[in-house]
Amino acid sequence: MGVNSNQSHSRHAWLETISRIWAWLFLLAMVLFFSIAGEGFFTPFNLQAILANMAILTIIAMGQTYVIISGGIDLSAGWVMGMAAVISATVMNSLPETLPMWLVVLSGLLTGLIAAWIAGLVNGILIARLNVPPFIATLGMFGIARGIGFLLSGGMPVPIYIKGIGFLGNGFLAYYHPNVGWSFLAPPAGLAQADLRNLTGYFPFVVIVMLALLLVAHLVLSRTKFGLHTYAIGGNKEAAMRAGIPVSRRLVSIYMLSATFAAFAGLIYNVRFTNGAANAGEAMLLDTVAAVVIGGASLFGGAGTVIGTLIGALIISVLANGLVIMRVNPFWQFIAVGIVIIIAVLIDQARAQFAQE
Amino acid sequence: MNEANTHVEPVLRATGLVKRFGGLMAVNDVNMEIYPGEVVALAGDNGAGKSTLIKMISGVYRPDGGHIYLDNQEITMASPLAARGLGIETIYQDLALCENLDATVNIFLGREPTKRLLGIFKQVDRAHMLAESNKVLERLDIKIPNLRRPIRQMSGGQRQAVAIARAVYWNARLVIMDEPTAALGVPEQRKVHELIKTLKTQNVPVILISHNLQDIFAVADRIIVMRRGQKVGDVRAAEVTDDEIVSLMVGSG
Repeated sequence: MGVNSNQSHSRHAWLETISRIWAWLFLLAMVLFFSIAGEGFFTPFNLQAILANMAILTIIAMGQTYVIISGGIDLSAGWVMGMAAVISATVMNSLPETLPMWLVVLSGLLTGLIAAWIAGLVNGILIARLNVPPFIATLGMFGIARGIGFLLSGGMPVPIYIKGIGFLGNGFLAYYHPNVGWSFLAPPAGLAQADLRNLTGYFPFVVIVMLALLLVAHLVLSRTKFGLHTYAIGGNKEAAMRAGIPVSRRLVSIYMLSATFAAFAGLIYNVRFTNGAANAGEAMLLDTVAAVVIGGASLFGGAGTVIGTLIGALIISVLANGLVIMRVNPFWQFIAVGIVIIIAVLIDQARAQFAQE
Repeated sequence: MNEANTHVEPVLRATGLVKRFGGLMAVNDVNMEIYPGEVVALAGDNGAGKSTLIKMISGVYRPDGGHIYLDNQEITMASPLAARGLGIETIYQDLALCENLDATVNIFLGREPTKRLLGIFKQVDRAHMLAESNKVLERLDIKIPNLRRPIRQMSGGQRQAVAIARAVYWNARLVIMDEPTAALGVPEQRKVHELIKTLKTQNVPVILISHNLQDIFAVADRIIVMRRGQKVGDVRAAEVTDDEIVSLMVGSG
């Protein structure tokens, strides 16, 4: 140690800070870039479209965050989502037409949740009590949920016949039209087709649901005993056990929580696309894990946050949206996301090395 | 140490402890007492039975024979958690700490205090944890600059200190330490010796398992030597030399 240690110390501190906030910086840089270089990116319509389109990914990623922090992984979340979407669609269709909309949606949600909870419970018991590695247990459930979803739906998406359900999925809390002014919970009446171009919606319903779920996920993870125990189990399962933490019970809860988020995502799918499809969540696995990892979680467990996962999901979604705006072939987004994941892990490893010194 | 000790009640008394694994007698009819404020070293070669003996006292194993008394009340422990509930705290060789969490969380691991937010939401009381952790670390004269850093950023000696602080905070009646200095450098070993002596001043008895004669003679008041499952020596540290301890351990002379 000598004179140089001071210089390298402050350089280290600077690098350490960068490694902690790089994802935020990257997101900011992307938003700036697309706003300047792309036409129509930085508008209320497009920004909200990004948020609405990422709702499903983000909600599932919340559950995946808990699972990854605990040292596991949930490969089945996307297919549990699809299975829940099929079941809730089927149930909603079967209810009498006279039932109010909110009751129909609630019934759909509850049946989707129950189905998802069974899947989560099975995952949790296999992992916590029968010591099946999470990768294998959830891989098995991946297949089971997929099969059940396809069997129940006959291999085809189940259209939802409830009138107005699509409005829940694509509607906004408030609307503004320069000629007519503001209206709430529904677009202003008597607007000609031609005028619809100038109608802007604010606060999509699905985004409100996503934000509510985000808030709950964040508060539980960062403030409750359950959240703390999740980190402890991921950090040192043996130490957690010796400290009296009911590790098996917590793990079962964690996998059921992941399934819960999957069921909510399934309902969002129902209302946005007015159907329930078994393969609705097929593409979710890579992106949800990517979001969690970009957000700073280690796949060995013990680290990660809800906000970090949100940034990860935003990066993925902004990238996809921006490439379309720039008229770049959208397939490039897959390469881009793959590269960002690798960068995220490299930065995380570098940060761990700094901490050692 | 003077004869007045015999008028003080032992904190822990074990009589006729036996543990078998299949045909093997791991612990064979061992008696021991630990008095308040004593540091007792449990010495013996590998396979002598010291770990097994300790595991019976810390609730990991059920004795196959014999009795254990804590403050003169007979106790049976179904699990390590039960032992902890009685005030018997064990500091394992691997410390059983969560490296990704900070010192305050580790000290309160499994026993986190909560407070109600807005009257309904039960959240972990981090402020209380920080204040109490500061207090206990100060009591033990341990200096850790930033308690909010994850444990993995601390030195081995600081981690030992956190493990010891955890035992002390929960008002241990007896602290068991398994090879506490095994992975530490010399200055940190000294620090652990100081901590053990601090426990002594707080009247908390310590059972120390160690291979390391330096450790033993640095802190122990009494040394119990085990060989092949039996107690072969129970001597005051001041009245014995390391050679004598070694011969008791290996059975020569």
